[in-house]
Amino acid sequence: MTPTYYLVLSAALFTIGAVGVLIRRNAIVVFMCVELMLNAVNLSLVTFSRTTGTLDGQIMAFFVMVVAAAEVVIGLAIIMSIYRTRRSASVDDANLLKY
Amino acid sequence: MEELHLPPIDYAAIAPLLLVFGAGCVGVLVEAFVPRAWRYRVQVPLLLAGLVAALIALISVADKRVSTAGGALAIDGPALFLQGGLVALGIVSVLLIAERRVERGGAFVAQASVVAGTDSDRRQSSQPGATEVYPLTAFALGGMMLFCAANDLVTMFVALEVFSLPLYLLCALARRRRLLSQEASVKYFLLGAFSSAFFLYGVALLYGFAGTMSFTGLREAAAEAGSEDTLLFLGIAMLSVGLLFKAAMVPFHVWTPDVYQGAPTPVTGMMAACTKLAAFGGILRVFTVGFADINLDWEPILIAVAIATMLVGAVMAVTQTDIKRLLAYSSIANAGYVFTGVLALSEEGVAGTMFYLVAYGFTVLAAFAVVTLVRDADGEATHLSRWAGLGRRSPLFAGLFTVLMLAFAGIPLTSGFTSKFAVFSAALGADQVTLVIVGLISSAVLAFPYLRVVVLMYLSEPAEDTPTVSLPGVFTSLALVIGLVATIGLGVVPGPVLELAEQASSFIG
Repeated sequence: MTPTYYLVLSAALFTIGAVGVLIRRNAIVVFMCVELMLNAVNLSLVTFSRTTGTLDGQIMAFFVMVVAAAEVVIGLAIIMSIYRTRRSASVDDANLLKY
Repeated sequence: MEELHLPPIDYAAIAPLLLVFGAGCVGVLVEAFVPRAWRYRVQVPLLLAGLVAALIALISVADKRVSTAGGALAIDGPALFLQGGLVALGIVSVLLIAERRVERGGAFVAQASVVAGTDSDRRQSSQPGATEVYPLTAFALGGMMLFCAANDLVTMFVALEVFSLPLYLLCALARRRRLLSQEASVKYFLLGAFSSAFFLYGVALLYGFAGTMSFTGLREAAAEAGSEDTLLFLGIAMLSVGLLFKAAMVPFHVWTPDVYQGAPTPVTGMMAACTKLAAFGGILRVFTVGFADINLDWEPILIAVAIATMLVGAVMAVTQTDIKRLLAYSSIANAGYVFTGVLALSEEGVAGTMFYLVAYGFTVLAAFAVVTLVRDADGEATHLSRWAGLGRRSPLFAGLFTVLMLAFAGIPLTSGFTSKFAVFSAALGADQVTLVIVGLISSAVLAFPYLRVVVLMYLSEPAEDTPTVSLPGVFTSLALVIGLVATIGLGVVPGPVLELAEQASSFIG
């Protein structure tokens, strides 16, 4: 097993997620990109758990999954409420607050 | 197969945390089983009782210095002091959140799921506000207390999310201007989740570097590292992004004015006072316990961040026309001042930072309490032009707000002066002369928008449509009195609290 491959894959996924957050317009897609970032981190955590020979990383991965699930609930609730009012989930349409 | 042993837990030391989380859990049950008409009368005393009990528990364990729950929690001086500050500020925030006299039914919407602007939304405008806000507040405060005591990265990440998630929801629950409120919430949520992903990647990299998540282990590993260890420095950078976002430091501050403006004002007050305190509690622990030995490697970048924060916050505050946005930019600049205390990396700096956070919290809560009172037919009148002539209409509240503005500007005999003095003298003690000079310049710039509000209130003629200042109910009056007494008290006799902060300024671990 070469841990470097897993770390590079994780970094690539994290970057794809980060770029997605920055360039996508739909709030749901933006949110999915954040989830991609969190799961990319999970891959890193588990790989590091293997390279360092400790269990902390695997435990942390479980915590991350739970937190990500809680975040999905809250995120979708907020995005739904704004979608039902505006009939659009585009982050560009939410532009009342500025300067 | 090795047998698993549960780590011993010092229940007395974590009693304050358990009490606040317990109040939140009981609050959820109240939401489920108590009839709607009774919920408000049960929830408010429940949450206040939980917070007061937590405060008493904190005082009774004030001398404890232990690391418990297998090293996950460090109940040491700074943790206890900051938790005490959080509970005290939390009580004042809850008073503001619970106010229902100023606006009939309170500042929160009855049912957030009803589509804004529809008939059913208009029908619910006279109904009493949602009582879910009390358990949400309890969980947010509990998470912040946990964040200040977290002694490893796992606990810190979980605490970060536990206090952030309820805040995202609280932002969306304003009764009036619901579109603004929802927009603030969605912005806060997306950016907050983005920043916590960075925080988490930082955690992963630091774990990969040290093979442990505890700050003590990280410090030991970092002391042996070379100056070219990518995992370590990338990890610190990513971790800082998440922490600086929560503390609203430049360049991660962009969400602050929007969210502060759109969120219901009592929630804004809580974010400005409690969230800021908790974020700096975490920052203090990460940089003082975890990475103080390798400070030469990261300090220059964070000094630049502090300077940018102080300058951008102050300059942008000058151009604002909305009082909530003005206070938001002022809170950004204040985060810069607090950070100078952190960068001193000394016990004096820790004490000054903690004192600043508590003193600033009381003042900013009182300021937002006044903002909730200045109203016209559409709710709060937050545009500064509407405040013109308010000094003639209601001299008492204008006078009160003037005292608070002077405290923000750092006039002697107010807490603003003593707290700035505490952090800047600590920074000078650590030879951070540049930071102090920039801090003084920024304070001078920032005095202008504060004094402009004062001048606007007194020297302009009141117009026909100048909003009235509502008579505060018992809760808001109490919050205002506490905030004002703390602002002046910590300015005139800062000794006892400052001494307490100094005694509590050393971390364990």
